[in-house]
Amino acid sequence: MLDNLKILFHQGKQYIPDVTTVIVPGIFRGRPVISSEKVNENELVELCPTNAISTNPLCIDLGKCTFCGECAIASPGKIKFTTDYRMATNDRQKLVIKEGEDEIIELNPDLIRKEIYDYFSGSLKLRQVCAGGDGSCEMELNACSNVNFDMGRFGIEFVASPRHADGIVITGPITENMAQPLQICYDAIPEPKIIILAGTDAISGGIFKGSNALNRSFLSKYKIDLYVPGNPIHPLTLINGLLGLVKKRK
Amino acid sequence: MKSISIKNNQTIPLASIPELEYSTFLEENVFSLMKSGGSHCVNYYGFPDEGKIKLICCIAHDESNDIKISSCVVDAKQACPSFTKHNLVFEKFEREIHENFGIAFTDHPWLKPVRYPFNRFDKNSNVDGYPFFEIESEELHEVGVGPIHAGIIEPGHFRFICNGEQILHLEIQLGYQHRGIEQLFLEKKKLLQRVTLAENISGDSVTGHSVAFVNLWESLCNFQPGRDLQLARTLALELERIAVHTGNLSGMCTDVAYQLGSAVYGRLRTPLINYFQKWCGNRLAKSLIRAGKTNFPFTPELVSELIILLDEYEKDFEEISEELFSMPSVLARFEKTGVITTEQASTIGTVGISARMSAIERDIRSSHPHDLYPELQHQPLIKNHGDVHSRARLRKKEIDQSIGYIRQLIKVLPEEDNKVARLSCPSPDSFSISLVEGWRGEICHCAITDDKGELMHYKIKDPSFHNWLAVALAVRNNEISDFPICNKSFDLSYCGHDL
Repeated sequence: MLDNLKILFHQGKQYIPDVTTVIVPGIFRGRPVISSEKVNENELVELCPTNAISTNPLCIDLGKCTFCGECAIASPGKIKFTTDYRMATNDRQKLVIKEGEDEIIELNPDLIRKEIYDYFSGSLKLRQVCAGGDGSCEMELNACSNVNFDMGRFGIEFVASPRHADGIVITGPITENMAQPLQICYDAIPEPKIIILAGTDAISGGIFKGSNALNRSFLSKYKIDLYVPGNPIHPLTLINGLLGLVKKRK
Repeated sequence: MKSISIKNNQTIPLASIPELEYSTFLEENVFSLMKSGGSHCVNYYGFPDEGKIKLICCIAHDESNDIKISSCVVDAKQACPSFTKHNLVFEKFEREIHENFGIAFTDHPWLKPVRYPFNRFDKNSNVDGYPFFEIESEELHEVGVGPIHAGIIEPGHFRFICNGEQILHLEIQLGYQHRGIEQLFLEKKKLLQRVTLAENISGDSVTGHSVAFVNLWESLCNFQPGRDLQLARTLALELERIAVHTGNLSGMCTDVAYQLGSAVYGRLRTPLINYFQKWCGNRLAKSLIRAGKTNFPFTPELVSELIILLDEYEKDFEEISEELFSMPSVLARFEKTGVITTEQASTIGTVGISARMSAIERDIRSSHPHDLYPELQHQPLIKNHGDVHSRARLRKKEIDQSIGYIRQLIKVLPEEDNKVARLSCPSPDSFSISLVEGWRGEICHCAITDDKGELMHYKIKDPSFHNWLAVALAVRNNEISDFPICNKSFDLSYCGHDL
């Protein structure tokens, strides 16, 4: 017992006091900024592994981007990835970063359903479904609840049963073989319920887009309440997105 | 000559692989090549070849540090006698070949589906019609778990047959994660797309699979990586090993309800993966490994940060580990739980820590070393009991060993190779194989190019492919309540298996 208390004491303070303003270590690639410098834009389009870059004006779609950073390395004056992890939004269009834009990505308040604040602002329980995810977003979702990020302090937790859940967090490009289990799980969640897409694979299929092993028809049936870009998502991207979704009174 | 002997990361002309009659092919691979204890099948697969199926079998020899490759062309409609009848390690490989091409292996025990790939031979079979093993008895009951599990993990279905609380039999059905990656390797033509695919095979083995891919690709292009690239790859593999083993110990603590251990190992993993973020901008090392170059050189500043990181990590890691492995309530759950004997492990052909925990010295880092491993003179660590405790202790010891390797590797930093060597095109009509010891075990990538040097076939084998059967055997005669800790102690990949 005393040994355990000693170990506890040796850990010091591990939690991040303010998850909305903390600065992430190193060269994290978050929200990109595109300058108006003249470059051969077609080369950048050609370079991107997931067709996330389009021209006129030059745009990066964070729903498709794998955040590999190759475009910023090829054209450092043109594209820069900032360390801003607040990239989650409920408006798919806001994930498309245009040349000259340098604004924080926020949720579109008009798209937040009224019942979300009424029901979930004090407590939100989520069921996660991995549908072809490679385990990386899943590890980061687990990390959201560890002692560092401690998402539980906001009343947001992952639960085992869809019956206990207020929403679903989908990771992975949604494989054909998971299409039915995903639907069954979603149907088992009581109304009202929300859908969150975590990671580039879930939002657009990512690098797996176009594979014959996918079946993404589930997504065309429902309104998506939150898009969380990243490959994998950063815990802070998810936590900030969720706080934006449930804590704002409409 | 009945097989060609090649080294890890060697490219050979496809035509130099001996093509045998099926009976000789079976004889050679099942009897001659598998005779010594240090030989194991690293890959056995087929691909369409002019209306027929070409089978390629790769048997690695640990003592002679080489891999014997042989091939055989068969007609898919014609039934063949199985390898499995003589040696169980081929069991899953033959099921896979059957699932992909419909080849019937006459005396195979049960040609069950492996992963229901989109391009399977029998399109009428599908994932919710899996033929489970059944036992009829009024005293027994079945427990089905998954594909979606209680925690945030990947999907897979577990079907238990229990006698009261005791597990008689477990069958694991996989395939839910199948994304068609091997086909995407052919369809996505850009090198960056392919390396991105390799990074996304299994999120906990990003460096393992991406190093396997780039080593193979550079070999195909006849490119010799500089020392700086090799150092970065070796370091990344060892760092990944430490990070994942640490996270896994946290998970094992959770499963035996040791809350403090779970929290401490969990938070010890954070600075390790944050270090990858400092190095390459991604906590799981995606974007770090590239073929023929690096975007993120390993700088002297990174060295000093790593030294501090390891010093701080080691202090707290040793403290919690000492507590964990002396706590009676933990040991009671770990010891003699989920046992795989040495005999079982060698019969089913486990790899990586799942082999080493049962006293089998199987480790690519020592038997087929690549990058800077030849210098490290790696000695595989082994445990003897094959239980949960062995797997936990092995992780702890491997972490200590990897820390030692990293300290040794970063003593002298090589000059950054500034000459920009362009990667040429892959050699035409070639075969290449790459083996990497990821934290979970041996990863094997094989590529075949056509007459223009384009990828014609790409085959990936994750260590989980060998090891899932070990989980099913380990839980027999255990209480069903011990299943989570057994499963976590193996920590196998679903997506790596299903690809």
